[in-house]
Amino acid sequence: MSDFEYASAPESRAIANIASNYGLFIGGKFVQPKKGKSFNTINPATEEVLSKIGYADKSDIDAAVKSARSAYLKVWSKMPAKERGKYLYRIARIMQERAREFAVVETLDNGKPIRESRDTDIPLAAAHFFYHAGWADKLEFAGFGSKPKSLGVVGQVIPWNFPLLMLAWKIAPALAAGNTVVLKPAETTPLTALLFAEVCQQAGLPEGVVNIVTGDGVTGAALVNHPDINKIAFTGSTEVGKSIARAISGSKKTATLELGGKAANIVFDDAAIDEAVEGIVNGIFFNQGHVCCAGSRLILQENVADEVLDKLKKRMSLIRVGDPMDKNTDLGAINSKEQLNKINEISNAGDKEGANRWSPELKLPSKGFWFPPTIFTGVTQSHRIAREEIFGPVLSVLTFRTPAEAIEKANNTMYGLSAGIWSDKGSKVLWAAKQLNAGVIWSNTFNKFDPASPFGGYKESGWGREGGRHGLSGYLTAEAKVNK
Amino acid sequence: MIIDGSEKSLRKFLSELSPVDQVGAEARAAMLATRSIKTSSKAWAIDIAISMVDLTTLEGADTPGKIKTLCAKAVRPDPTDLTVPSVGAICVYNDMVRIARSELDSIGGNSVPVAAVATAFPSGRASLAVKKIDTQDALDAGASEIDMVIDRGAFLSGRLMEVFEEIRIIKELCADKAHLKVILETGELVTYDNVRKASYLAMLAGADFIKTSTGKVAPAATAPVVLVMLEAVRDYFALTGTKIGVKPAGGIRTTKDAIKQLVLVKETAGDQWLTPDLFRIGASALLNDLLMQRMKLRSGHYASANYVTVD
Repeated sequence: MSDFEYASAPESRAIANIASNYGLFIGGKFVQPKKGKSFNTINPATEEVLSKIGYADKSDIDAAVKSARSAYLKVWSKMPAKERGKYLYRIARIMQERAREFAVVETLDNGKPIRESRDTDIPLAAAHFFYHAGWADKLEFAGFGSKPKSLGVVGQVIPWNFPLLMLAWKIAPALAAGNTVVLKPAETTPLTALLFAEVCQQAGLPEGVVNIVTGDGVTGAALVNHPDINKIAFTGSTEVGKSIARAISGSKKTATLELGGKAANIVFDDAAIDEAVEGIVNGIFFNQGHVCCAGSRLILQENVADEVLDKLKKRMSLIRVGDPMDKNTDLGAINSKEQLNKINEISNAGDKEGANRWSPELKLPSKGFWFPPTIFTGVTQSHRIAREEIFGPVLSVLTFRTPAEAIEKANNTMYGLSAGIWSDKGSKVLWAAKQLNAGVIWSNTFNKFDPASPFGGYKESGWGREGGRHGLSGYLTAEAKVNK
Repeated sequence: MIIDGSEKSLRKFLSELSPVDQVGAEARAAMLATRSIKTSSKAWAIDIAISMVDLTTLEGADTPGKIKTLCAKAVRPDPTDLTVPSVGAICVYNDMVRIARSELDSIGGNSVPVAAVATAFPSGRASLAVKKIDTQDALDAGASEIDMVIDRGAFLSGRLMEVFEEIRIIKELCADKAHLKVILETGELVTYDNVRKASYLAMLAGADFIKTSTGKVAPAATAPVVLVMLEAVRDYFALTGTKIGVKPAGGIRTTKDAIKQLVLVKETAGDQWLTPDLFRIGASALLNDLLMQRMKLRSGHYASANYVTVD
């Protein structure tokens, strides 16, 4: 028998200079919140307090929006486009240079494995800045009219699942199009946004072009409701997205909303089974399942269901759960106690409704927030675990008999963000892709992202697209006038 | 039996194998290459890798002298440290088998097997009669492992039964005298679907091991090819209860390469395959790199190349 147990291989945290406290980043400087309030951000894998973070209230938001408006009117909207592009290139390069530091801070604050922050989050975030830097001086060729204009000041609210990457998705196109921004990172993961503020300083970005305000949902609502904001860009829950839509109705504000999902991952009997199993694992266990486009509903053709499930269970037994800083960890910590409670609540409902829960045998760390990789078999369309977004490492397995039934089940959801198709037969893949109501459809792969590719959903998964030319359009207007 | 020996049943079985998705297989292999193997696990991996090396010389210029130095290296890879295990086997052309066997026996290497490449290695372009004589010759000289090549021409032109029959006949010759390793020469089969099909074909025909390459064709033992072969032995075991070994050969030169192979084994076929009985690495330069890394791990610093022997 083998003794080939992987010894611990921790990434060093020495490179991360996390300050004991952070203010708000307004007008190019870190300033203390006016009321002096703060909150802690913790490492969800250990519950250790990482830093004390300034809490922005209404008056701080007002200062940030004023600073963004002033930077927009005096500097950023007047600057030649190619100069804007240079700043974006500079930011992208600094992010690459400081990639390891960003990766370590992201993993400490979020709980995701260092392998993912190192190989996915940070390189993709830098790629978004590079991609949009190229657009800055080519907007008149993007197909939005001969003189597309920026909108003005954009309020941006981002989630905790991919903190820096979501920041990049928001800030890079906004700046490339000539807008200035006030961005609020999630309450539980503010650190890489604050590190990004340092990058803005390092890049010499004009003061007020990027403002970062930290806080909770109340802070976010104050930003959304501020009268001098031209556009809201939000990624998060459908519930909050709906409240934003209500809040801005009747105002001149526009919005891009990137909301929830309950993606179908359809495996046909002619699929490459071993690779499909990898895709299923990647679809739901990547980033602890904290992914809006996660393949959380596995829809299996019944005649291969046993084979796929047998291989899937064996594969799940190999998933390495534990210390996110270990370079060999595959599944890290759940981001917060609140989220863990939510995952538990919906999973328990799955038990009660009669689905069969299975997880590989493993020992979870005693401190921090953890949930094992889990599948539910015997799930029906009417179970809560087949309908509601769990946002955790929990997969619901359903079966189908004919391709038409697969599509019917896949589309039978209030969401429409993403879907996966696994088949070795090209004609079947193209047919299925046409039938699926989802903004992103992957064939024989899952969770692949590229800054050039638009991302967004149908139905309750949101409004608008991010990334690519389509995403850029959300930050521009064809009208030849500057919004005031 | 999963096939009845007829061409029809062989074709049916092979055509029903699940396809391999190239992008997905390469992505999985690339992900496993990021595993970080340190300290105690690295020490274990280096020692097991040494014991899995099929120390190989397959040159036109091979001489009895060269074979004897190779035998000495195989038995005691590091003469200054006798805790280093012997290698898995030495692998030579069959006119060198007798010399290798008697040399090994005379220096205390009785337990180190001699593997002979046979069946018109490396191209396999000879008649079955010649291939049989070639194999018998190696067996008579004392080879206890036969590394045969498949007829890639027959495989690629769809004459699957011919390939099957050749393996079956060579296996009959080996009987209980020698282990049979079947070289697929994956660099000439090119697609992963072919690699999977050829792996099953070899296993069904009686291979004890499936081996990637002759070392004479590039690419050789790439990580995705080894992944597909490890999946094949894993699933064949689930199907039949028989464990078949895997031998990557060609292009594995550094300790890092070797450890990546062991990670592939562990996370694909499983820990049970981490033994020289079921996993070998065909290599020559690799052994010295393993020895240098072993020294580094124990002493904390790198020695110059002159502290390992050149054989």
